[in-house]
Amino acid sequence: MLTEEEKTEIEEHLAALPVRRSGCIDALNVVQRHRRWVSDESVRDIAAFLGMTPDEVDSVATFYSLIFRRPVGRHAILLCDSASCWIMGQENLLDLLEKRLGIGLGQTTEDDRFTLLSVACLGACDRAPALMIDDDLYGPVGAETLDGILERYE
Amino acid sequence: MATIYVDGTPHEVEEGQNLLQACLSLGYDLPYFCWHPALHSVGACRQCAVKQFKDERDARGRIVMACMTPVADGIRISIDDPEAREFRKSVIEWLMTNHPHDCPICDEGGSCHLQDMTVMTGHAHRRFRYKKRTYRNQCLGPFLNHEMNRCIQCYRCVRFYRDYAGGRDFDVLGSRNRVYFGRHEDGVLENEFSGNLAEICPTGVFTDKTLKKHYTRKWDLQWSPSICPHCAVGCNVSPGERYGSLRCVVNRYNDAVNGYVLCDRGRFGYEYVNSEKRIRGPLARGAGENAVEAVSKGTALERIRPWISEPERVVGIGSPRASLESNFALRALVGPERFVAGMSDPELRLARRAVSILRDGPAAPPSVAEIEACDAVVVLGEDLTNSAPRLALAVRQAVRRQPTEKAARFKIPAWDAAAVAYCCQNEKGPLLVATPAPDRLDDAATWTRRAAPDDVARLGFAIAHAVCSASPAPDAMSEADRSLAEEVARALKDAKRPAVLTGVSCGSEDVLRAAANLAWALRAEGKDARLSIALPECNSMGLALMDGGSLDQAIEAVENGSAQTLVVLENDLFRRMEKTKAERLLESAQHAIAIDCVENPTTARAEIVLPAAALYEASGTVVNNEGRAQRFDRCYVAEDNIQDGWRWLIDAMSAARRSEAKDWTSLDDVRAAMTEALPALAGVAQLRVEGGKIPRQPHRYSGRTAMRAHIDMSEPTPPEDADSPLAFSMEGYSGAEPPALQPFFWSPGWNSPSAVNKHQREIGGALRGGSPGIRLIEAAPSEKIVWFEEIPQAFSRRPDEWLLVPLSRIFGGEELSVLSPAVAERVAAACIAMNPKDAEALGLKAGDEAEIRLGGTEPIRQPLADMKELPEGVAGWPSGLPGVEWVEMLSWIGRKGTD
Repeated sequence: MLTEEEKTEIEEHLAALPVRRSGCIDALNVVQRHRRWVSDESVRDIAAFLGMTPDEVDSVATFYSLIFRRPVGRHAILLCDSASCWIMGQENLLDLLEKRLGIGLGQTTEDDRFTLLSVACLGACDRAPALMIDDDLYGPVGAETLDGILERYE
Repeated sequence: MATIYVDGTPHEVEEGQNLLQACLSLGYDLPYFCWHPALHSVGACRQCAVKQFKDERDARGRIVMACMTPVADGIRISIDDPEAREFRKSVIEWLMTNHPHDCPICDEGGSCHLQDMTVMTGHAHRRFRYKKRTYRNQCLGPFLNHEMNRCIQCYRCVRFYRDYAGGRDFDVLGSRNRVYFGRHEDGVLENEFSGNLAEICPTGVFTDKTLKKHYTRKWDLQWSPSICPHCAVGCNVSPGERYGSLRCVVNRYNDAVNGYVLCDRGRFGYEYVNSEKRIRGPLARGAGENAVEAVSKGTALERIRPWISEPERVVGIGSPRASLESNFALRALVGPERFVAGMSDPELRLARRAVSILRDGPAAPPSVAEIEACDAVVVLGEDLTNSAPRLALAVRQAVRRQPTEKAARFKIPAWDAAAVAYCCQNEKGPLLVATPAPDRLDDAATWTRRAAPDDVARLGFAIAHAVCSASPAPDAMSEADRSLAEEVARALKDAKRPAVLTGVSCGSEDVLRAAANLAWALRAEGKDARLSIALPECNSMGLALMDGGSLDQAIEAVENGSAQTLVVLENDLFRRMEKTKAERLLESAQHAIAIDCVENPTTARAEIVLPAAALYEASGTVVNNEGRAQRFDRCYVAEDNIQDGWRWLIDAMSAARRSEAKDWTSLDDVRAAMTEALPALAGVAQLRVEGGKIPRQPHRYSGRTAMRAHIDMSEPTPPEDADSPLAFSMEGYSGAEPPALQPFFWSPGWNSPSAVNKHQREIGGALRGGSPGIRLIEAAPSEKIVWFEEIPQAFSRRPDEWLLVPLSRIFGGEELSVLSPAVAERVAAACIAMNPKDAEALGLKAGDEAEIRLGGTEPIRQPLADMKELPEGVAGWPSGLPGVEWVEMLSWIGRKGTD
């Protein structure tokens, strides 16, 4: 079930759109902001709310790698793996993250604090290697700055 | 016309098409995946690359996608160019990186477009040494098997299922190299045309799950040209047989009827032929007890001989699901006066009305292809998706196609599917669906109107009057209906080729009359309007064209004692009259003989039962909704004593030393006598070919000499088929068969269903020999329109009574297909549907058992289902569904506890 708050937020988006189904991405974003990820149940709820089928909503949801269709931790780390970051040491940064957090890509720490994911490009080549935690962009990130960054997220 | 140069050779081709289509029509082998003649171009797969040159002097050229390049006068292309060839080969190589090498265990193997295209491009050596992408497959219900690892991401499935067929429970999931075609979660694919994915998918992602249970390769099946027996649209099909059992049914292209597409009832209903309920030999029922014994053919014929020696003591009940020839043979046995068409009085009246409207009025019945080309559609009273599914799909195409006229104004060619879709967005052509119950076409409709049949008819009359004032107007229309009628009339008058579709399933002759007036009003206004009337069974139209009476006449003849013997041909009387009435009829007859292919309540009460061939084992002719007479030829000779209905009747006449059929030895003889006796059927022609018989078995049919070796080491002589120019053999006639006699489509290098390309004049057009079938009904040329003047009163509900309207059901509503296990899985629960307000007034809620009384008969119990849109005062009855008793259409049912 969508919460009243979620419904209100989705409706705010819909007000500016010609047809309800146009609000599909917004609705997925709203739900993800509230629940960190979009469950099968949420897909069905959004579909019912927008007059779509769950298949149609899921088609949109699974297209976007930043809509999470599996549970994630409290904070999602998106590590850029595009060419610039790779040249500037993304592999070392990934190593570092994996050691620090004890997880690999696509995994979540046991305390549910972080999920580590790769992302195709953060548009921050000038700050490579870059990563993003929740809505915050960091770069260049190295061994000397990483711990300080991670400490900010509980 | 434009001249195009392909590898230096000039060709005259039609403009307005793309190069791929033009090259295929010219007979070139140019590989493709994402394009499909019914789905057009999106340019996604890059497989149909060719070189295009600026002019004669250009030796370099550039690679273009043939499917996305319009034909233009003077255009120069090369298919053979080494760079283009290399390009196409590398596209396949890249697709193959993830495609499993599982052809030996893949059901598509041997009829696979991907296999054909791979061989065509010459990619034969795999360099890719890495892990292939794998997926979890979904359970999609009883019809289709899902194997996503084989997917090459051509997007045909989703374009067919969603865009073409209007399904919404299937989509593309994921992105990049993890694209997935399936559902949000496992579950039955709901769309009534889902089975076509098995043919639309160019590889083995979607395959026929029913075939899988008794799998045989395409080349090992024996095929025949046949007609689907499960509704009156008459889709052309090819049934495939091995070891005496039917393995599958596939589409047999006929551009005027089914095109590339069948419905799921037609595709998966075939297993009734293999059913446990088949009658495999003559049966005799002992007097006074229920003992049934299997008897020989001779004994059976000897038993019935004295009963039928005097035709005036016999009455014959024909059947709208039996061939014209079987019905005609029965008519010969009993004489024209004692032959009845096998339909109840109201059924026959409606069918005859349909014929007279189509024949005596100015609006001709359209072919399915013509419906697809219409630009405004009105559906009156018929739930087409459930009663004539292929017509509903045609209406969807008409509605989709109409806005593309706008795309043409922007110079977007009709085949550029993605651009057309972008241009038209959610626009749809005008469609009115006016029916008593919610309809699957509602989502495609501009207007929907739920009303009792009388009010549907009144709306039709009102639109007709708004179109042409000479057509009579109904009085006292509500303001809402009047303005709806005017709005619909305006849209129809703006159209060039409007169509009116109706049918007999709601049981109302007034609805037919209203539809006729509307179509005629449009003709009077100068429109090329068409009128299509859906009838229920595969030969309903044929029987309406014959001269038999109604079942009531048979009942009268038996009950007044003038007839002692009753012969029932391929007809379950319990589906056409009340149980008690049918029982009384069968008991009153001194002798009842039933000829049928499956056991049913009628055969269970007959004294002698003769095993008839199922349609796929039989030969004959049926006439569809359009009045198109279509021949079908047996796929194989059924074992035991099974034979065609008409042959049993000839045998019976001969046993009784009757002279009527003494010269009849083959189907052609019956046909000749029939067309002579019945001028309405005069067009039913005989077809013969010179130069050997047409093989039913493909060239690669294997194991012929060994397949019976466990029984007999020597190979038996194949049966002779005296009734057709086809042979049960791999050898024989070579060359282009007449399309009505083509058992399967195959062509060198083209093993998949795409082989049909090689048999068409133009890709997506008529077959080289023309469109199979002969139209028996053409509109009257006269200009004078005789309007129907009688308009029913508005429906007024009765206190404590409900008008029963039938709810047609694609799965379960038809007698034979429901015997297929896969179709049986899809049957909806029996119920009586009511508006929730009516239910509430009765103190009932959904799921409660309602007790229904029909004047004087025993009460019927049925669970109640809420149907919000059903008009108050009307109740929906899923007629024909297993466990649902026959009731007269449009009768009133009473409140619990009253009469």
